[in-house]
Amino acid sequence: MSFWEYANPVKFIRTTDRLLPWLSVTAVLCLAVGLIWGFFFTPDDFRQGSTVKIIYLHVPSALMAINAWLMMLVASIIWIVRRHHVSALAARAAAPVGAMMTVIALATGAIWGQPMWGTWWVWDPRLTSFLILFLFYLGYIALWSAIEDDDTAADLTSILCLVGSVFALLSRYAVLFWNQGLHQGASLSLDKEENVHDVFYFPLLVSIAGFVLLFIALVFLRTQTEIRARRARALQARERLA
Amino acid sequence: MIALLTRDMRLAVRAGGGFGLGLAFFLIVVVMVPFGVGPETALLSRIAPGVLWIGALLACLLSLDRIFALDWEDGSLDLLATAPLPMEAIAVVKALAHWLTSALPLVLAAPALGVLLNLPPAGYLWLILSLAVGTPALSVIGTFGAALTVGLKRGGLLLSLLVLPLYVPTLIFGAEVARRGAEGLAVATPLAMLAGISAGAVALLPFASAAVLRINLR
Repeated sequence: MSFWEYANPVKFIRTTDRLLPWLSVTAVLCLAVGLIWGFFFTPDDFRQGSTVKIIYLHVPSALMAINAWLMMLVASIIWIVRRHHVSALAARAAAPVGAMMTVIALATGAIWGQPMWGTWWVWDPRLTSFLILFLFYLGYIALWSAIEDDDTAADLTSILCLVGSVFALLSRYAVLFWNQGLHQGASLSLDKEENVHDVFYFPLLVSIAGFVLLFIALVFLRTQTEIRARRARALQARERLA
Repeated sequence: MIALLTRDMRLAVRAGGGFGLGLAFFLIVVVMVPFGVGPETALLSRIAPGVLWIGALLACLLSLDRIFALDWEDGSLDLLATAPLPMEAIAVVKALAHWLTSALPLVLAAPALGVLLNLPPAGYLWLILSLAVGTPALSVIGTFGAALTVGLKRGGLLLSLLVLPLYVPTLIFGAEVARRGAEGLAVATPLAMLAGISAGAVALLPFASAAVLRINLR
């Protein structure tokens, strides 16, 4: 029993079919618990008032936006090295989800920034690099949809993902050099003494778990759809030949 | 390799206006800026380095899709692929030809356009230097983008969507060198970073371009 068994589309679909209901239900539960707990049962911050509660959407979506790109990077490398179609399709499936997470993070950040910083948008390093990440997602998705041949598209986008990752990192540090920011530093690290207070911390963890599960469920679902769409196309092609 | 380089340069200079077009575009972008932001000289001289960098970058972008498109259409790219030249060398030569015919004229023309935007006298040297150091990166990254989109019908728009995010670090450090130079500040750090990006891109990206070309020619 090895991990690579799941590279078989039939096996992948069978396993994910069994997992998907559980994943979706727990994702919805975690999100509901995390968000309701966060929105209604935590105290307001003494300086930020109730706007602090947007953290339950902002932080998890930002986290997933970056992790989605990392997942695409890993899947692309697997496709280049071992040429498992499921892996390429999973990378393709993750891209729009990741792009959406980026949009949620940017939008919630703007909504929070308006009352707190007095502006919707500043050219802060974190904000800027997120915007650039969003552009990378757009280019990646556009390249996928522009190329007709599936294997060529998978090859080209995975190389774009590799090159893009390097440049996304470069941009991250370049904008840090270019402008000092308003955005606060990380306050969720596992290795630091001082984190966000427990009252906010636990609902946040639950809602992060919800976002992670939601992402996995969506990627499974979209990958399944891609596999089935490809099967349908193959059947159609066979019928036309016959 | 030298034969390919001279062929590409001759084609770029002689065939159909691609050569002067980038320069003309650079000129017109720079001329449009005062109409957009107003003719106040203090403001213009403050934004001049950034505007010149963006203008040069866009003019560079304009000629990217010509790097491979013509060779792809008439099949000479297939011939080049079967020639006893590694694909990486072809990518390097193509990028070099693009730099010599498209980017180098921009570097040389930039000071003249700096006059139009009232660039401070201290800025000219750093503007030329930053462009000269940064544009090789633009050419190499652009060659990668052109190789990605070579087989596509309407690759031009997609090409800009793919390449512009990759240009971000180069633009940041390049414009920073020009701006600091114009204001008389120390430029060593951003210049070193710019040179690092350029050198890294020139060294590594041809391999990516070659891999992409091989996939596209499969």
